[in-house]
Amino acid sequence: MRFDYHTRYAQGFALLRHPSDWLAYGSLLAALLVLPLVASTYLVGELGYVLILCIAAMGLMTLTGFTGQVSLGHASFVAIGAYAHAWLMAQGVPFAASVPLAALIAAVAGLVVGIPAIRVHGLYLAMVTLAFAIVVEQVIGHWRSVTGGYMGMVVATPRLFGWSVGSPRAFYYVCLALCVLTLVVLANLMRSGLGRAMTGVRDSEAAALALGIEVNRVKVGAFGLSAGITGLAGALMAHHIGYLTPDAFTLLLSLDLVLMVVIGGLGSLRGAILGAVLISLLPNAVSALKSLLPTAMARQSGLEIFVAGLVLALFVLFEPTGLNGRWLKLRALFETFPLYRRDTFRRQKTYMKSERNR
Amino acid sequence: MTNALDLFAQVTVNGIAVGTIYALVAMGIVLIHKATEVLNFAHGDLLVLSAFSAWALIDLVGLPFWLVVPLVAVGIGVLAYGIDALVVRRIAGQPQFAGVMLTIALAFMIRGAVSMGFGTESQSYATPWSGRTTEVAGVAIADLSLVITGTALLIAGGLWLFFRRTRLGVAMQAASQNQLAAHLNGVRVKRLNSLVWALAGVTAAIAGMFLAPVTLVDTSLWLITLKALAAIVLGGFGSLPGAVLGGVLIGLIEQYAGGYMPDGFRDIAPYVVLIAALILRPRGILGEAHGRRV
Amino acid sequence: MSDTPLLELDRLALHFGGLKAISDISLSVNRGEVLAVIGPNGAGKTSMLNLVTRVFDATQGSILFKGQDIARLSRSRIAHLGIARTFQNIELFEAATVLDNLLLGRHRFGAGAWWQQVLRTPALTRIEEDHRARVEDIIDFLDLSAWRHARVAGLPYGVRKVVELGRALCSGPELLFLDEPASGLNPEETRDLAFWIDDIRSDLGITVVMIEHDMALVSAVADRVICMAQGRVLAQGSAAEVQAHPDVIAAYLGT
Repeated sequence: MRFDYHTRYAQGFALLRHPSDWLAYGSLLAALLVLPLVASTYLVGELGYVLILCIAAMGLMTLTGFTGQVSLGHASFVAIGAYAHAWLMAQGVPFAASVPLAALIAAVAGLVVGIPAIRVHGLYLAMVTLAFAIVVEQVIGHWRSVTGGYMGMVVATPRLFGWSVGSPRAFYYVCLALCVLTLVVLANLMRSGLGRAMTGVRDSEAAALALGIEVNRVKVGAFGLSAGITGLAGALMAHHIGYLTPDAFTLLLSLDLVLMVVIGGLGSLRGAILGAVLISLLPNAVSALKSLLPTAMARQSGLEIFVAGLVLALFVLFEPTGLNGRWLKLRALFETFPLYRRDTFRRQKTYMKSERNR
Repeated sequence: MTNALDLFAQVTVNGIAVGTIYALVAMGIVLIHKATEVLNFAHGDLLVLSAFSAWALIDLVGLPFWLVVPLVAVGIGVLAYGIDALVVRRIAGQPQFAGVMLTIALAFMIRGAVSMGFGTESQSYATPWSGRTTEVAGVAIADLSLVITGTALLIAGGLWLFFRRTRLGVAMQAASQNQLAAHLNGVRVKRLNSLVWALAGVTAAIAGMFLAPVTLVDTSLWLITLKALAAIVLGGFGSLPGAVLGGVLIGLIEQYAGGYMPDGFRDIAPYVVLIAALILRPRGILGEAHGRRV
Repeated sequence: MSDTPLLELDRLALHFGGLKAISDISLSVNRGEVLAVIGPNGAGKTSMLNLVTRVFDATQGSILFKGQDIARLSRSRIAHLGIARTFQNIELFEAATVLDNLLLGRHRFGAGAWWQQVLRTPALTRIEEDHRARVEDIIDFLDLSAWRHARVAGLPYGVRKVVELGRALCSGPELLFLDEPASGLNPEETRDLAFWIDDIRSDLGITVVMIEHDMALVSAVADRVICMAQGRVLAQGSAAEVQAHPDVIAAYLGT
């Protein structure tokens, strides 16, 4: 068992509280830094993509996991970030300025979508975001002068302070830096007043209002922040794809993002990252699986989506707290060994609480 | 002038025809949502499954259309009963979002299974009404559209009678109001919920079998779920008349936008209207407003 | 100044369509008192509380808090004036820890600018430490230290009630509304509650208005009792006086 001796409150809310945390996260970061030097170019490119998805998943987690606002249309903010960035680059704006600007444009779009969130709840809100994503997809497809429509749009090679960062290795480091930056910013926010206000709005609007939290502003702000982060991921994704078409940002991407935050575990940044890693590795795992199956089944294309659905279903049924919940249980098992009780994390049985009247 | 009127009439009739399809799909989703508070995202995929099954039975096995319709309807109904009894029932009492995620997962699995089992190519099959049209008040309508509209209205009426007049229907209504209370009053809520799923499965199967010949037998048919959801939200959740009204409205909006507005608006007009309508009236047209009690 | 009541309701009414939840209520709450509001179910007690905390818009009448009319303020402004409340069916932040719930109670005192929060500047750390120290005072006061890092979702009912009370106290109110604080508590917990309410009034100097059915608790802690029925005030006075009032007896017996 591990005991902490704190002499100041600040030690209690530090991000890394134990020496072992420093060691674990330090070695993870070191491994991520060294990896491109030893891994193949293909693998580095794929890892860069995983990092981009991590950023996008953290963006959605901010909204759905922390503020409790369901969005089934987050692909639209990825698309807005990607197209805004590509367009700005085409106008000659340097990479270092274009990425934050693209994130900002996505954030403004998020604020606009957030305004209905003041009025509508739950499934209605999910429909609004879904409808918005469909509208955005169609607008991108038809606004040929800016987006190139369904013909597509080339993304210029990124240059950072005069150096090309177009190679998978260099771009990997850009993605890693921005992913870590996003993680630290969100972790800091979540242990401060704004983060607490967001969880307050998620868990009880009535109580949040009674405590003086301006629920509407928090909701709209969370939409803006979430969309901004997702837009940042979009800007990076533009380079990963290299050639933008509306097909890259369909409902399936939105659902993939939702899958990541749910499988990872709603309400935790670690969950967003674990979920993004798992979902992005799933296709690789499935293609490895195919070699074991009879050829008639392996040739069909439905297997990926079937496995994705199966994994999601198993998580919803048997581990609703996601990978993060599983992680916490394992950690508790080791930390309190041999005193761990399975019931520590047992869900309380509750009678069905209708969400129709809220 | 008469040309403009003819066009308007044609577009309106098309809108209603398309709208009743949406209404039919929407009713299936509302049924389940009303009874169990689960928003079934897999409904469209049950539609796909039934369309492919019907195609396989008609074109590959060679069964007659009239035998296939009840066969597939019953089959999908049993499947839907099983989905609830074996899977969805387990998450009763969990937040609404869990239901959304679980049915999305089921949707993925059904879609994957359909592609694996029937292949990914589009198919089609003939119905007794294929290729025939009837003229109603100077407007040409495909017979198949008439049949679909008629079926949708028939099912809507049947459901209305079922909920008003039969013991089972009243029990279902009671359970949807308060599951615990219904359970304590001797209603077998679990079995009832599974029956609702079966009923919704049958409507999905019928919608799938009649709709597929109009478009194509294809996995992209599941996208109709989105239109149906738009219809449900526009009409107001949990209301069967709302679902019908919303479906017809979405169909009309789509056809008018296609007929009178530039290219591309046909696909987004229903959604733009949906967003605007929800901002103006967050509970939908026929939805009930409830404040949360504190 | 100290003569003016802390809270004054003047001819307040609340109608939902034809239903008159509250009709024409005038009453005042004095500084430093514990006022109990009793009455049969559906008497409009919680509705009155919801009017003051701006959950509902009053159909007519005014609500004066320290002489200022608050009947048209936004719902989130109320806490900033120094009015706190608890809820009949506990409204806690379920997925958060007890500590975070209590820290949220401190929301109205601010938590630094957003950029400070993002960068976690030393100034912000000091603000957070200060909030934590205030919260620890309340944790001591209500004896919650065993539950500090527990998630609310796993707590027993009685503890949740105390956490909700603690959260309201963390917002440093001048006026505290308790909506049925003793419902669902066992006798021992109710006795603790009685002591706390007494201390809240005398040690923390907070005026308390509580809606309560438990007459033993009301008699023990309330300075003054108001009985409501059908949206009107029937009687006010000491607990014994109100209990003996013929209208009150009639209202409870339903004659």
